[in-house]
Amino acid sequence: MSATDDNTGGSPGARLLEVEDLHVEFRTRESTASVLNGVSYHVDAGETLAVLGESGSGKSVTAQAVMGILDTPPGFVTKGSIRYRGEELLTATEERRRGLRGENMAMIFQDALSALNPVYSVGFQIAEQFRFRRGMSRRDAMTKAAEMLDLVKIPNAKQRVKEFPHQFSGGMRQRAMIAMSLALDPDLLIADEPTTALDVTVQAQIMDLLDELRRERGMGLILITHDLGVVAEVADRIAVMYAGRVVEESDAESLYARPAHPYTEGLMASIPRLDQKGEQLASIKGLPPNLAAIPAGCPFHPRCHRAQQECREKLPELHELGAGRRSACHFAEELISSD
Amino acid sequence: MTESTETRSVGERTTSPEAPAADERENRQSTKQVGLWGDAWRDLRRRPLFVISGVIILLLLAIAAFPGLFAPGDPQAQDLSLAREGPSAQAWFGYDVLGRDIYTRVIHGARASIVVGVLSTLVAVLIGSFVGLLAGYFGGKTDSFLARFAEIFLGLPFVLGAIVILSVFNAGIEGSPGTVRVMTQVILTIGVLAWPISMRIMRSAAIAAKQQDYVNAAKALGASHSRIIFKHVLPNCLAPVMVYATIALGQFIGLEATLSYLGLGLTSPVVSWGMMISDSQQYIISTPHMLLFPAGFLVITVLAFVMLGDAVRDALDPKQK
Repeated sequence: MSATDDNTGGSPGARLLEVEDLHVEFRTRESTASVLNGVSYHVDAGETLAVLGESGSGKSVTAQAVMGILDTPPGFVTKGSIRYRGEELLTATEERRRGLRGENMAMIFQDALSALNPVYSVGFQIAEQFRFRRGMSRRDAMTKAAEMLDLVKIPNAKQRVKEFPHQFSGGMRQRAMIAMSLALDPDLLIADEPTTALDVTVQAQIMDLLDELRRERGMGLILITHDLGVVAEVADRIAVMYAGRVVEESDAESLYARPAHPYTEGLMASIPRLDQKGEQLASIKGLPPNLAAIPAGCPFHPRCHRAQQECREKLPELHELGAGRRSACHFAEELISSD
Repeated sequence: MTESTETRSVGERTTSPEAPAADERENRQSTKQVGLWGDAWRDLRRRPLFVISGVIILLLLAIAAFPGLFAPGDPQAQDLSLAREGPSAQAWFGYDVLGRDIYTRVIHGARASIVVGVLSTLVAVLIGSFVGLLAGYFGGKTDSFLARFAEIFLGLPFVLGAIVILSVFNAGIEGSPGTVRVMTQVILTIGVLAWPISMRIMRSAAIAAKQQDYVNAAKALGASHSRIIFKHVLPNCLAPVMVYATIALGQFIGLEATLSYLGLGLTSPVVSWGMMISDSQQYIISTPHMLLFPAGFLVITVLAFVMLGDAVRDALDPKQK
């Protein structure tokens, strides 16, 4: 096990994770669903990549594939590559991948209550990693666990370390979960909808905490969410996913200023705004495609108000628009140049 | 270590304005540390069903451990002149057909019954839980194979299966086999025939537990299969199996009695309730106390364990609170 590659994040800007043309299928007896159809994105050390998309767009599956915790069956990676610091993970041994988990990459989950084991105290669960991967004694590990709780700003950490998950409030549980995933000081953290189960004030606190920890530790952070509001403040770059594909990738500012894909446009339009009070909230018509039968051409065309004949026939590639922006729309250039 | 200094420096910023105000209003009423089991224990102590069955079981365990304290006499002592005499002040439960004191024999019989009950439950639950845990956790082909294997045993009728096993193993033996040998045989027979039930219970609990996020979280932090199975899945599956075990214990004591009654289980000079009931079969009409006392003890014991199982189940079920 490589307890030695412990460099906190490495030099900023170093390519941490690269996902390229990742294909994942979910095979059931009845059908095969193409859940990921060529996902590509990358994260550099010290940056926050927000992965945006509605339910079923493949955000979480990509994360699971990266972590190597995809349930197989039904999930199978059929094609593509996932590289951590240049090292191919898909062909790595299970032993190697297990060694990377926790140590180099970690993940936090949406619902911290179910992600913490109800039969152990919070401290025990954090301490477990120090005990079994750092060989610390039970007592030292508990002390470290309390330090971790303190790090994520849980008040009275020395006391609370002995408490059970059900004695924590929602926000505290998510903090504890963050403490647990950061215990071994990973340099890539994947947060799968970390604030969805929380109320709005707590959401902001958790986001701030994640952002702060990322800056301090120089971690790469992948923030998976469907909430554009959450993303705006903290994300450096945004990858928008639809039907198992990245349809737009851009720095946060340009994306908010001018989306380069009609789907992103639709997502932005559906954020409730105060100056639109009383009006009907815009929504994207239709439903996400059935992943067992993705429409030909651009998978978004049945819901797209700009759809042309070309969109029904030809799958648009994710192409460069300059300045690090990429879009998978035939009319991306028009979208960003029009007013 | 750079890690700890860094940790401290961040910790000191806890007082920053963005510190979790909402979280600090956290409910502090329960300062006592309780988990699932602690909670269940608090709940149990208030249940009359648990208290009554608990007292009975403790008493039975004491009897099984130290029968001499409760009945100083010799369970084999015979006095034919007293044969079939009814209950009296000297012999509370009366005498059996050979003039042996039934009270003394019932007390000394508790040990065999309880030992067989406890050990066969242990065998059945340990085998069943282990197999069920593997089947439930790994799923797929492992699960199909183990589940089919368990169904073979489940398909055997219990008493018939026990009769076949016990008579085959003792076929070649002249006279009566040794006590330890017979007891082991009875225990293993019950264990082998009963493990699929706890396997099924454990399997479905493990399937439910492995889908929980904490299993994914443990995986995402690099825990190995064995760590996940035994540290994270198993403790969350114990409750239903524990409940089954308490109920099964009562049933297995009854089963031992059944086998002894059929002449397949324990034999003299060991005393067991089943044998006593078996001995009484020709005299039920004329000497009912020969049947009533051992049968009464058997019924109370089985009932106590089943009641305990019920109470434990209720206490461990969060939905009933």
